[in-house]
Amino acid sequence: MLGRLNFEALVHDPVTMGGIVGGILVGLVVIALLTYFKKWTWLWKEWLTSLDPKRIGIMYILVATSMLLRGVADAAMMRLQQALSVGDSTGIVSTDTFQQVFSAHGTIMIFFVAMGFMFGLINLILPLQIGARDVAFPFLNSVSFWLYVAGFCLINLSLVVGEFAATGWLAYPPLSGLKYSPGVGVDYWIWSLQIAGIGSLLSGINFLVTILRMRAPGMTLMKMPIFVWSVLGSMILVAFAFPILTATLGMLSLDRLMGMHFFTSDFGGNPMMYVNLIWAWGHPEVYILILPAFGIFSEIVATFSGKRLFGYKSMVVAIGAITFLSFVVWLHHFFTMGAGANVNAFFGIMTMVIAIPTGVKVFNWLFTMYRGRVRFTTPMMWFLGFVTTFTIGGMTGVMMSVPAIDFQVHNSLFLVAHFHNMIIGGVLFGYFAGFTYWFPKVTGFRLNERLGKYAFWLWLVGFLLAFLPLYALGIMGATRRLDHYDASLGWQGLFIVAGVGVAVICLGIAMQLLQLVVSLWQKNSRLDTSGDPWNGRTLEWATASPAPAYNFAKIPQVTDRDAFWVMKQAKLAVVDESYEDIELPRNSGLGVIIAIFAFLAGFGLIWHIWWLAILGIIGIVVTVIIRASDDNTEYTISAAEIARTEAAYRAGRLTI
Amino acid sequence: MKSLNLTPLPDVTSDKTVLGFWIYLMTDLVLFATLFATYAVLQGNTNGGSGSRELFSLPFVLTETLILLTSSFTCGLAMLAAQKRDKAQLIFWMVVTAFLGLTFLGMEISEFSMLVQEGNNWQRSGFLSAFFTLVGTHGLHISVGLLWIGVLVFKTVKDGLSDGLLKRFVLLSLFWHLLDIVWIFIFTIVYLMGAA
Repeated sequence: MLGRLNFEALVHDPVTMGGIVGGILVGLVVIALLTYFKKWTWLWKEWLTSLDPKRIGIMYILVATSMLLRGVADAAMMRLQQALSVGDSTGIVSTDTFQQVFSAHGTIMIFFVAMGFMFGLINLILPLQIGARDVAFPFLNSVSFWLYVAGFCLINLSLVVGEFAATGWLAYPPLSGLKYSPGVGVDYWIWSLQIAGIGSLLSGINFLVTILRMRAPGMTLMKMPIFVWSVLGSMILVAFAFPILTATLGMLSLDRLMGMHFFTSDFGGNPMMYVNLIWAWGHPEVYILILPAFGIFSEIVATFSGKRLFGYKSMVVAIGAITFLSFVVWLHHFFTMGAGANVNAFFGIMTMVIAIPTGVKVFNWLFTMYRGRVRFTTPMMWFLGFVTTFTIGGMTGVMMSVPAIDFQVHNSLFLVAHFHNMIIGGVLFGYFAGFTYWFPKVTGFRLNERLGKYAFWLWLVGFLLAFLPLYALGIMGATRRLDHYDASLGWQGLFIVAGVGVAVICLGIAMQLLQLVVSLWQKNSRLDTSGDPWNGRTLEWATASPAPAYNFAKIPQVTDRDAFWVMKQAKLAVVDESYEDIELPRNSGLGVIIAIFAFLAGFGLIWHIWWLAILGIIGIVVTVIIRASDDNTEYTISAAEIARTEAAYRAGRLTI
Repeated sequence: MKSLNLTPLPDVTSDKTVLGFWIYLMTDLVLFATLFATYAVLQGNTNGGSGSRELFSLPFVLTETLILLTSSFTCGLAMLAAQKRDKAQLIFWMVVTAFLGLTFLGMEISEFSMLVQEGNNWQRSGFLSAFFTLVGTHGLHISVGLLWIGVLVFKTVKDGLSDGLLKRFVLLSLFWHLLDIVWIFIFTIVYLMGAA
């Protein structure tokens, strides 16, 4: 009846118990607050069932933020362990827990923080930037988000019920096969990623169609803002790469559930094929994350330099080149597998080549600043921090693209330092910059600049302290994922510095949370009544802050790049009050229900509770059929109501 | 052509759902491409058991193939009927399509169960794991297609032929034809090249 689920699944070591108790307490506080303020109906009607991409975007970012806190807690544990666990001391956690912690850290940071943040920002801004009222498929958008939440629930449940994978964030077989990982940990990994990954794939299709079909009249491809171009490249990669992930995870789970032999080391299986397949998804994945960050920086640099972006066409070409090249470099993740000198040489050269379009972008940003009237706001600070750290990371990347060097530093902390340089210094700084930049558009008020700058400096210093020592340690021979090492190696000093760095990063995060609280506190004095707090250039600034449900009362006409800038120069922003009725999608709770069934199916498959798995799958199919049979999915906002809302916005009376 | 009295289906070429569905179909092809690549790698890994030459019967698979190709043809006839807004004919050809699809699926299941009974199940070797997964995934898609036909025919009988339903039939036919194309690759790569 309950498969392999029994009471032993609830027994944990003290460190994990601490995490569980903390998590449950936070949950209880949230539930108590919602009940006390009688907000459950409001939550369901206004948020959970909403098909408005702006609301979905906010929910994405909230979930991603909660996961960022967990991922950072994991990182802090790892660094604490490595700073302490030398010689006779065994540190704070057992080897097995440590392995689960580093696996969870990587999985959470990529799938649930970076992806969540990315889709959040895209949802918030992309429709506004192309002058659209919505995404192409609003309901599918809600399904994507809720599948992401279902994956989030599964991966967090693994902390409480059972265990998580101890196999690293990409779960290489044969270690992740049934023979060496018989427990539920790898299954939690598979199904949380599979469910969230299908959500990402659906989002990819959704935004591709949104960009291709829903742009405002006059906005040809070459008049799109660069952020839209970068999302287009990223979503093309999603559409090509995520099916590979789906198939690969599917095959790994067939190995584990049905005793197949895709990736086993006997019976004719081939574990090396898994490594190839997972990186055929995994390498494009890092570009899926970084391209939108490039787009965000392009918008920010142009805005805060008060100039048109330098080299628009070369930016577009660079995005296209990166999109293509990211599919022909995956083998550089395993030069040491032994594919042969020629194969390694090809992938090494391709890896060096992909640095060229990236370099083009860096120069374009710098030339945009050149002779501009640069305003050093918080988003601009993140940009400057990014350019420095990302360039360091890029150079160490090019170093490792030489197979001979890679053989020396493969799987060492040098590699760990490199990719954190790209993902923190590139992706995360980019999303933080975008978050600060677009915050007024979403909420109607600006964030506190001073605290934002403090947070930036803490992050930057913490980041350098945490990761520069790892380059040195890597060259000294420290491999990744160590939970213990000998004192005679002389590594402890550098590990302590890295640990201090993580502590400084934690202060940076605390400062960001403080910034949010203080800004909310000072909301009334920080209101953005103009809709254009930064003197922006693109269409999202052409409507009120916070943007109304229908985004634009009248769909803007685009004549040039930087459409809103052109309008401002021509003083075209005259209020035209001849509104028409607007049709918008009705809220729907079916996305939530589909995700609940997906969660149940995943839970059943993890614990071998077959009836639950079948129930979940049937539930999904039936819900999809019910939704597909519903023709009454839209509602109309009347012209009169729009006129009232618009007048209220102009009077500066509405905020979120 | 005029005697056929065809009316183009509602905004099929510019419709965003149709474009989105095309993109979905392309992602599905990437999924199949992954399984094909896996099959190509594992094809020779029979672990001392039987390989494709011993296991597959070409005449049987050719029959399967012809049935599926015919179902694509009848699906095309159904769409012609849709353009004529001829509800009865549309339903008739869709039911024929479903019947052919069901026959194909039955033959596939019987092939699978024969292999399993002979001890050549998916646990026997990497090659057989890849075979069952690749062909089975196609079969799973066919099953989804059959369910979809069932739902749409039921809706048509119940509510009549609306523009919304016509669009869904367009998507269904795209899906069905894609499965045919995938099968042609399976027939060629798994069966024809395997038997050679």
